Amino acid sequence: MNTENFEIKAYPEMWESLNMDVERFDKMRLMLGEIYGKTYLTQKNRPNSMAYFDNMIAEIHGGRIQELLNAKKEGKPVVGTFCVYIPEEIVLAAGGVCVGLCGGSQGSVPDAEKILPRNICPMVKSAFGFKAGRICPYFQAVDFVYGETTCDAKKKTWEILNQMVPTYVMEIPQTKKPSAVDMWLSEVKDFKTKVESIAGSEVTLDKLEEAVKVMNNKRKALQRLNNLRHADPTPISGKDVLLIEQIAFYDEPVRFVAKVNSLCDELEQRIADGVTVQDSSAARIMVAGVPMALPNWKLHNLVEGAGGVIVNEESCIGTRYYKDLMKENTGDMESILKELTRRYMQIDCSCFTPNDERIDQVLKEYKESGAHGLIHYSLQFCHTYNVEEVKIRKACEKQGIPYMFIESDYSPEDVGQIQTRVEAFLEQISE
Amino acid sequence: MFIGVDLGSRTIKVVVWQDGKLVDHKIEESGFEPHEQARAMLLPYQPRQIVATGYGRHLAKEHFANKVITEIKAHGMGIHTLLPDVTTVVDIGGQDSKVITLNAKGQVANFQMNDKCAAGTGRFLEIMAASLAYPLKDFGPAALESDQAVQINSMCTVFAESEVISLKNRGVPRQHIAKAVHSSVADRIVAMLNRIGFGESVAFSGGVANNPCIVQMVRDRLENVQVTVPENPSIIGALGAAIAASQVSKS
Ligand code: SF4
Ligand code: SF4
Repeated sequence: MNTENFEIKAYPEMWESLNMDVERFDKMRLMLGEIYGKTYLTQKNRPNSMAYFDNMIAEIHGGRIQELLNAKKEGKPVVGTFCVYIPEEIVLAAGGVCVGLCGGSQGSVPDAEKILPRNICPMVKSAFGFKAGRICPYFQAVDFVYGETTCDAKKKTWEILNQMVPTYVMEIPQTKKPSAVDMWLSEVKDFKTKVESIAGSEVTLDKLEEAVKVMNNKRKALQRLNNLRHADPTPISGKDVLLIEQIAFYDEPVRFVAKVNSLCDELEQRIADGVTVQDSSAARIMVAGVPMALPNWKLHNLVEGAGGVIVNEESCIGTRYYKDLMKENTGDMESILKELTRRYMQIDCSCFTPNDERIDQVLKEYKESGAHGLIHYSLQFCHTYNVEEVKIRKACEKQGIPYMFIESDYSPEDVGQIQTRVEAFLEQISE
Repeated sequence: MFIGVDLGSRTIKVVVWQDGKLVDHKIEESGFEPHEQARAMLLPYQPRQIVATGYGRHLAKEHFANKVITEIKAHGMGIHTLLPDVTTVVDIGGQDSKVITLNAKGQVANFQMNDKCAAGTGRFLEIMAASLAYPLKDFGPAALESDQAVQINSMCTVFAESEVISLKNRGVPRQHIAKAVHSSVADRIVAMLNRIGFGESVAFSGGVANNPCIVQMVRDRLENVQVTVPENPSIIGALGAAIAASQVSKS
């Protein structure tokens, strides 16, 4: 596939039926297609198995939406999500579908700023703007949106979003004390009841055990991919892995696992044959910090454009989503829900205090990935990650890890400056 | 013969390096097609290698340069060659300011750049000078004449300018306001230095180093630190690029 004939497919009738702003959305579709072509399809020596993921982007506004609409017709709940605290197992067990909603585009920010204050996190604004402007088919297709109380920007935005689309809020604790864990368990039970009421059927133990396996398989496939990319030289670009981590949030899980595994087979072959995507001298960079939601490829594009390669994302759209598995075959409903709570409480999001597990996790991933330097990436106005950066920086200094901090948003205005900083960082590492 | 070109936001600088010495240099205001202009500036020379740096470095590489390096590396190399004992470089250019720490070999150990706004840059000083009706070259000397401490609190160029205007309209003499403007830039630079750590010997580079008030104020704020301004601070980036060009050929 080359840049010229790549296009994100248009489904104007379906969009019309979803009450979208079709004219505007069509322009965004063309823009996204162009950016994708330039960012992705100009890469040299990509694995052949990336074709499936290219097609997932080509069908992002149609094919996958059709699948969601079909599921809805069969009475299955479709839940829009923003955060890795969503207990996906429960939605799957109810026969439902989870779709991660995009929040990585500058295009929808002006829609949000008509309503929300300007100086809040761009991810929240971008996601909200997609709904406010009626320019995201996923948002239009969901039964309800799953929100959580992780950060202030999000939890207050849900109240306003709820006026446009039903928004169910789960309370996420801020600490990991036993009382907090108990509270979360009761939140999980409430969530199960909510999903059951929409599905009109009960989440049985069998179905939940089954869903745990599906999710474990998905997480294992992503772990396998991440381990393979750690090879030196790496067989796949950081941009491509980030794309797969992003697609993980909206693809059908069983099919996705099969495709990721066949990509992994190809990567194993490439490693054996010494096929690589960058010069073997390329600086290997690990990224840590906030999630990069579709279509936020800004930092990866700059690093890889400057001759480096990204070898790990310590982020929710990254290892934080798949590093932890659940025990299978727990035997009864109470135990499985407890096990689920245990698994989700291991997520080391900066909204927890204290959160020192994350510092250890970053250092661990740095070692495993064979990186030569670390970039901590935060979005503007994300207080928890921006403050936690202080500790990450200290830890890196102590270990002698070359380190850089980038705080950015989705606007193009700081690209020149970040490019200079990234290039200087790569120069510094290769000296 | 090796050439370094620094395509900055305001000016283009060329340095010619031969037999381990700086033999020629040029500075021009940059026009609309900086790469064409830079190419014209190079016409008299027959270099073996050209290395470009600055905002327009990639454009230069597309058209004529053999290699690019960032301004950060270029300023580090330039200063290290002239002043080998320097531990930290403060580069205040037209669009941004940077603090660069060097290891004993003169390699970049760490660096910081100002945020994406103009505060703390040459541009900021230019705007403020204009709003106080000073020619840029008189701005620093005028501020040095003031003995009164007025404060400008805003970090943002737009707000700082309105502070300047309101001080003006309160009848505050303009050299006092000029001093306040310089203090705010010096404070920002010192804050960056403190964040990154700076060692015993700091050197300036970039055009703003020609402003005596900024240099004096930074010097006053750093205790027990030697602060040096090289003879021609504007061309340090181009010099670093020229030295890098001489090393490309060696390797
Ligand atoms: S960073 Fe925290 S709040 Fe954001 S998606 Fe991840 S877990 Fe959720
Ligand atoms: S990036 Fe930070 S501010 Fe933005 S939604 Fe996530 S936790 Fe909240």
